[in-house]
Amino acid sequence: MIKFESVVKKYPDGTVAVNGLDLVAPSGKITVFVGPSGCGKTTSLRMINRMIEPTSGTIWLDDQDTGKVSESTLRRGIGYVIQHAGLFPHRTIVDNIATVPLLLGWDKKKARARSLELMERVGLDPNFARRYPAQLSGGQQQRVGVARALAADPPVMLMDEPFSAVDPVVRGELQDEFLRLQSELGKTIIFVTHDIDEAVKLGDQVAVLKVGGTLAQLASPAELLTDPVDDFVAGFVGRDRGYRALGFESGTLDAASEQTVKFGDDSATVLRAGRDGWALAVDEARRPLGWVRSAAVPSGKQVGPELLHRGGTLASVSGSLRAALDAALSSPSGRGVLIDENGALVGTVTAAEVVQRIESHLHARRDQHDEGAVSGG
Amino acid sequence: MINGIIEWLSDGEHWSGPDGITARLLEHLQYSFSALAVVLLIGIPIGLYIGHTGKGSVAIAGSANALRALPTFGLLLYLVIGYGDKLPTDWIYLGPSLFVLVVLGVPAVLSNTYAGVQNVDPAARDAAKGMGMTGMQVLLRVELPNALPLILSGVRSAMLQIIATATVVAYVTLGGLGRFIIDGLSQQDYFQMAGGAILVAVLAVALDLAFAVIQRYVVSRGITGRYAAPAANADVVAAESKASV
Repeated sequence: MIKFESVVKKYPDGTVAVNGLDLVAPSGKITVFVGPSGCGKTTSLRMINRMIEPTSGTIWLDDQDTGKVSESTLRRGIGYVIQHAGLFPHRTIVDNIATVPLLLGWDKKKARARSLELMERVGLDPNFARRYPAQLSGGQQQRVGVARALAADPPVMLMDEPFSAVDPVVRGELQDEFLRLQSELGKTIIFVTHDIDEAVKLGDQVAVLKVGGTLAQLASPAELLTDPVDDFVAGFVGRDRGYRALGFESGTLDAASEQTVKFGDDSATVLRAGRDGWALAVDEARRPLGWVRSAAVPSGKQVGPELLHRGGTLASVSGSLRAALDAALSSPSGRGVLIDENGALVGTVTAAEVVQRIESHLHARRDQHDEGAVSGG
Repeated sequence: MINGIIEWLSDGEHWSGPDGITARLLEHLQYSFSALAVVLLIGIPIGLYIGHTGKGSVAIAGSANALRALPTFGLLLYLVIGYGDKLPTDWIYLGPSLFVLVVLGVPAVLSNTYAGVQNVDPAARDAAKGMGMTGMQVLLRVELPNALPLILSGVRSAMLQIIATATVVAYVTLGGLGRFIIDGLSQQDYFQMAGGAILVAVLAVALDLAFAVIQRYVVSRGITGRYAAPAANADVVAAESKASV
């Protein structure tokens, strides 16, 4: 657990970067600091490992006052990941990762073995061990940065915009892998970003900070999207937040069974299988391939890849309502395709059915609110 | 002309004896390396300190550059005439001579060292501190190895300047290869003079090459970009596309 107790950072020129921050980051959870530039999010993070000294107030690491330990002892016990990875150019990847273990006095062999283990953990080819940072792409360097921070197995990790310098596709991969890693490791993480989508995707709780260094709202991502506390937070979490909040709503949908076709089927089979003029093509493992317009298959011809419409997205049957709605809206047949964890077809669902489910969820929530209001009053 | 010079250089008699080429060459190296050693002892620690702390960069860097403007020959004569008699006998000429060579070499080493440390990737420095390295560990394990190419090139250019300029100490009765130039001039023996000049140039080039070889082995391959496998880049690209699938 990390606890901020009326923490203030004021610079000699009078600028107040952080103004009386009170906040608890629970153990084993990801707490995201998000806000516009100048809101003090990075300053707050850097005060935890005393890269910046607070002007007043206390930061607790469990029951340890961070101001009362030596800086190097404190920092060696906290993983630290920064925006441009900050790898040491003159050291090989394996030696970069072994930095903190070696500082802690581990023997070289053990530190190396640990490095190799971590490379595998973060999805790096072990052949990279003897390479130098300049030989790696930005995304790979950032993986090394994460591995290096994890090397001595610290309970706490500080991550300062670690994924913001890589392209969006790689960023998405890194985020997914980061979440997978966290589900295995359960570290107490403070994560700084200026990107609200990243905050909502990664955070167990999100702290929105305002310029001047005050906390505007501390809430779960879903609560932040559905119930912003003021205009600033509402503006910051942005448009489409009603739609984006659906990303946190899940519920098993009643999938309608769907007649399918295979490559090689003739036009008559397609006409029979199709509903409203569209039939879904699947492969041997019943994984959806795309939609076929029944009328587009000339009589006597067979279904082949050139006839597929691939526009529709796929949604997991146990996934979010947002994904299900998107699948329905993007499907050429109007029927969203639901799949199981193996990628095999479960059935289809229409936008109307998803919306109905959303409405019943909202209805249930309103009832809860009312009850809360009654018992609270 | 050229034949005359070659004849002078290839005459075995010119190479032997206490005022032969071999002896003068050794003297020349002795002056140069003594001066260079003092230059390193002054330039590197101060350069590292300024680069690491950022303190005094304006004052020190400014005065180091001002030092470059001092004419070595003028300074040498001024010191010998003005202060020579205040020194112990052995040092009357040697002291001022080493001093001017040190003054000549310090700016290049000092300013390259401090620029080298200052140019280290701020992210690497921040990460080093954030992982719990002490100030000294950051300096020795991160800043110094990364500043090494610049530091070494400063040392290299200081060395070349000192080797070339150490000829002037012959003017104040000392030895070294400058002896042939000064004596050749006064005896109007131009072959000797040109031969001496060529010897200085060859010595400078030879030491520069030796230094280049040392530099190859001292600087990390991660910085110079000379990676182990020539096909390393192709491997990275291949592995990358595999990773993204």
